[in-house]
Amino acid sequence: MSREGIPRALADLLDEFSFLERGERVDYLIEYADQFVNVPERIAVRPYPEERRVKRCESQAYVWAEDDGAGAQKYWFAVENPQGVSAKSFCAILDDTVSGAAPEEVLRIPGDVVFDIFGREISMGKGEGLLGILTSVQAFARESAARRG
Amino acid sequence: MTDIASRGYSNPDVLVSTDWVADNLDNPGIRIVESNEDQLLYPAGHIPGAVQVDWAADLNDQLRRDYLQREGFEALMSRSGIAQDTTVIFYGDRNNWWACYAYWVFQLFGHGNAKVMDGGRQKWEQEGRDLVREVPTYAATGYSAPERDDAPIRAFRDDVLAHLEAGGQLVDVRSPQEYSGERLHMPDFPNEGALRGGHIPTAKSIPWARAANPEDGTFKTAAELRDIYEDEQGLSPGGDTIAYCRIGERSSHTWFVLTHLLGFGNVRNYDGSWTEWGNLVNVPIEK
Repeated sequence: MSREGIPRALADLLDEFSFLERGERVDYLIEYADQFVNVPERIAVRPYPEERRVKRCESQAYVWAEDDGAGAQKYWFAVENPQGVSAKSFCAILDDTVSGAAPEEVLRIPGDVVFDIFGREISMGKGEGLLGILTSVQAFARESAARRG
Repeated sequence: MTDIASRGYSNPDVLVSTDWVADNLDNPGIRIVESNEDQLLYPAGHIPGAVQVDWAADLNDQLRRDYLQREGFEALMSRSGIAQDTTVIFYGDRNNWWACYAYWVFQLFGHGNAKVMDGGRQKWEQEGRDLVREVPTYAATGYSAPERDDAPIRAFRDDVLAHLEAGGQLVDVRSPQEYSGERLHMPDFPNEGALRGGHIPTAKSIPWARAANPEDGTFKTAAELRDIYEDEQGLSPGGDTIAYCRIGERSSHTWFVLTHLLGFGNVRNYDGSWTEWGNLVNVPIEK
């Protein structure tokens, strides 16, 4: 799928990942998982609302968005399953590369970036959960874009 | 959860507790093997001394849709420091789903010295036990495996058709939505897709995870399992049984439960599963 018009930082990360061996990619992804920051209490407290929960994500991921006042959004995440390392990694990547991007750019991100980042060998269930996280982020971007008309 | 020995399993020796594993970390006669759905889990932290067996990279043939051959299995055992008399202790994420899959593949090569850690990663983590990132290295062994013997525990499509004609028991362990045909595959993931939805006629719908306690990932007691598989769904331990899912991994968990915990006599895993059956021409399907 086309990568045209997606957030620049994400495009750069995809370029970088395309040159990585499997082991290097794993190391990279774990570094991101280690950087994961849970949603702050000023945004949400447990128990998190069901409407923020990512559908079909086994890692019990939640997504929020906060307008930054400049037409973009900061995305916040929670991953409640302690075994959700891939989910934490993907959330950290999205925060790093997509938070602050124009909603229109966020909406151009194709679903198969999940496989570009995690590899084609991930299980269908895992891929579905990660795709759900991206879809939730894009739902916020869609609302933001609609508000701006 | 009660002690494993008191749960009424037909083969309780096939399970070990997290306590047992913690007490045997330095036991040279065992090798702890982690196998997960999430491929980042092992490198992010594993039981000290555990090696990883990756279902995609280590167990699958990299060209054909099949499992590794004898030479590949011997190489895997050798580099994992596993000898014929090493007791392999499997554990992993998702209620030991992938651990049971690895266990099942090991049985294709007759490695009977194998057990599963009850509760898997979930229970180990919940108990606050150590996880480390250091990847251990073990001296290579000269493992000598027999040729892979599929027939006792693995079913191919022609076996399933014959089984169907003979009125054998079938268990569909996928989700109810997959069983009904409502759901085929995820968007952008066509390589695990199927052209038709539904299930193999007469298959009972028993999602695999019903065999586990969600709070700690342990297996349910034999009485609770009998309630599900025998009383509720009418399966008979004496009947020939084939379990299937989408690619044969979830059904290996059910194979483990029926074979070792409930003592069903003849259970096979149809690893072609729905990604084969749902694409076959002119085979019967029910919705």
